Amino acid sequence: MTGISKTFPGVKALSDVALELRPGHVTALIGENGAGKSTLVKILTGIYQPDGGSIQIDGKEVTLPTAEAAQGLGITAIHQETVLFDELTVAENIYIGHQPRNRYGLIDWVAMHARAAAILHGIDAPISTRTRLKDLSIAQRHLVAIARALSIDARIVIMDEPTAALSYKEVEELFGIIDRLKKAGKAILFISHKFEEVWQICEYFAVFRDGGQVGAGRLDEVSHADLVKMMVGRDVTQAFPKLPAEIGEVVLKVDGYCHPTEFDQVSLELRRGEILGLYGLVGAGRSEFCQALFGVTRPSAGMVTLSGKPITVRSPSDAIDAGIVYVPEERGRHGAITAMSIASNISLPSLKVTSRRNFLRMAEEFDLARKYAERLDLRAASLSQPVGTLSGGNQQKVVIGKWLATLPKVIILDEPTKGIDIGSKAAVHAFMSQLAVEGLAVIMVSSEIPEILGMSDRVIVMREGRMAGVFEREGLTPEALVRAATGNKEAAA
Amino acid sequence: MNTLRSLLARREALLVLACLLLLAAITARFPAFSTPHNLAGVFNDTSILIMMALGQSAVILTKSIDLSVAANVALTGMTVAMLNHLAPGLPVVVLIVVALGMGMLLGAINGFLVWWLDIPAIVVTLGTMTIFRGLAFVESGGAWVNAHEMSPTFLELPRALVLGLPVLSWVGILAIVLAATLFTRTGLGRAFYATGGNAVAAVYAGIDIGKTRFLAFVLSGTVAGLCGYLWVSRYAVAYVDVASGFELDTIAACVIGGVSTIGGVGTVGGVVLGALFLGIIKNALPVIGISPFWQMAISGAIIIAAVVINARGERVKGRVILRRKELPL
Repeated sequence: MTGISKTFPGVKALSDVALELRPGHVTALIGENGAGKSTLVKILTGIYQPDGGSIQIDGKEVTLPTAEAAQGLGITAIHQETVLFDELTVAENIYIGHQPRNRYGLIDWVAMHARAAAILHGIDAPISTRTRLKDLSIAQRHLVAIARALSIDARIVIMDEPTAALSYKEVEELFGIIDRLKKAGKAILFISHKFEEVWQICEYFAVFRDGGQVGAGRLDEVSHADLVKMMVGRDVTQAFPKLPAEIGEVVLKVDGYCHPTEFDQVSLELRRGEILGLYGLVGAGRSEFCQALFGVTRPSAGMVTLSGKPITVRSPSDAIDAGIVYVPEERGRHGAITAMSIASNISLPSLKVTSRRNFLRMAEEFDLARKYAERLDLRAASLSQPVGTLSGGNQQKVVIGKWLATLPKVIILDEPTKGIDIGSKAAVHAFMSQLAVEGLAVIMVSSEIPEILGMSDRVIVMREGRMAGVFEREGLTPEALVRAATGNKEAAA
Repeated sequence: MNTLRSLLARREALLVLACLLLLAAITARFPAFSTPHNLAGVFNDTSILIMMALGQSAVILTKSIDLSVAANVALTGMTVAMLNHLAPGLPVVVLIVVALGMGMLLGAINGFLVWWLDIPAIVVTLGTMTIFRGLAFVESGGAWVNAHEMSPTFLELPRALVLGLPVLSWVGILAIVLAATLFTRTGLGRAFYATGGNAVAAVYAGIDIGKTRFLAFVLSGTVAGLCGYLWVSRYAVAYVDVASGFELDTIAACVIGGVSTIGGVGTVGGVVLGALFLGIIKNALPVIGISPFWQMAISGAIIIAAVVINARGERVKGRVILRRKELPL
């Protein structure tokens, strides 16, 4: 059995890259954002057509003109945000597009449920085939996606950042499934930003940079630093460059914050210049707590004191006026208004400042936008350009700039580096550190242990909506965090 | 990089061009059509559509829709016409205030249902559309209010000439200026765009999207109320089926003018041009001698063409990055 090789001479998005996948092995595909990974996945699944090059399976040249053709050849992809249908049942999701038919050409429901149940049983997934997808957890949805991959008798499984939305424990479960897929002789392409995972699960690697392949081979022949160097084309000395910040007086004090369903009795103190890490598994209530703090939802009990004064936050507008801002996790979807200009986006939460007697002042709006665009090194032809025409990285800068422009005292960053590559991560961390040095109080919600360990002055761990532990920076170990987060005595990293 | 911007810029330029071409074609056969006097007449004739399309565009910008505007015209128009008939001594100013207030109330009902009960706008306004027309029937008993039953001042005000233009046209111009100021120079205008452009991001930026939608409906309703008076006085008759189907014209003007039906995109200039384009067609086709049924078919075809242009614009937007990378080949 040979793998797949493919080249695309001359395409800028992806120029002349080659990739080999071997049955029974996992190949890691690594690269910064925009390196061409997603383009490659789209070509392999028949969504985009390559302008040149060839794709071979078992040494035989194949073409993938449509998604169906790719599926027919046994290539399947499990996407970043799994593409499944909330309102359909598990069995329908698994067999969508290739439902078993009876002799009249109608859907054979009995066979469909039976086969779906058999596949789910095969991957040890205790999910009823009649459950609607919307009632499943994110991890269970991944299992369904994997079952779907198996249902088309896939030989090549592409996983595009499958762990991005998963908690520590769910990742372990996913790796168990990958092991089983390996044993079944599937060739797996694993795309991830997380190096620990790559080393844990993969045997081979390929690194892409700027649409070209810059390295490939066996993982046991290279070091961590080698890969990073290939990826960014330069040395990244420290991934978490925290600057020492002067920690001042208490800015924010939260007492006994409760919510009827999401969290209970959360209390914290946050000081000037401090970065407070908020760690926990997905669903531990961290984001929900922060959203309540920001006024998106209302707590049922509890008190907030800002700079010594008790405040009531009924809406995000109250929070912004008080000096608390929240940068949401899904910055792409929840952050920017892509049809609006850069200047309008940056000034949006600060309109009270840039207007006089209820009329907006364009000059002040542009001054404000220019100031933060310069500060964040935002690259754009003009500030009246719609945000939708900017690259992803620059869009993120607009989102951050818009919050800094409100001159907050407390900034809550929800998963600030989720889904971004190592090079940009370092930039975000440096920037966060800089904010703390300038005297902002930062709450950082993160599910990545290295980030929590590297950036936080103090860490609060949440589990099932409650505080499960408070840790100081000194002497903090990953094991302690995981133990607190899972409530499991023997769980360790 | 500037694909989207140039596209938006092109949209208005395209509309101006389309209007000019249309005028040129008509003038070729009927030179009298393009005299300043006649064009002013076309504008006057289109003023009500312009105003209501602007109100509608505020609602569509917030990713909602107001199907009840024409029924609002009918109900408000019938109410002021009957008041005028029953109490001819009542000053017209009072009637205009009544029309504005009633329109505002009807709009507020829509907005309230959308905001507090969280019912989709299309369902709410489909319901209130029927209710408003039903009420117009109830209050009039199905009877007409004809020109001889209206007071002279009631009928003459929109026609009165100020600086050579009828008051109706001036009201239209004033509405354009006010809308342009509201949309581009106030926090509320910005909130319209933000709410429709990305509702979640708008919430995080401290905008109350429910209240923003509510205010868009109030605006649309108020404009429709004013147009209720203008309509019955201009056409000198009030009956239950006044402005029947006109809500679709207001939506069409928005769509032709480049307002995105999924919210967040659109300009006052585009909407005004979209309304004028429809106005020219409506006025020109009878001159050329094309039957009213063809007029409807032509208007429909133009709306579909506009939607296709909008949809293509939005698709290009999504592919900008890839396209640029492919260009050097």
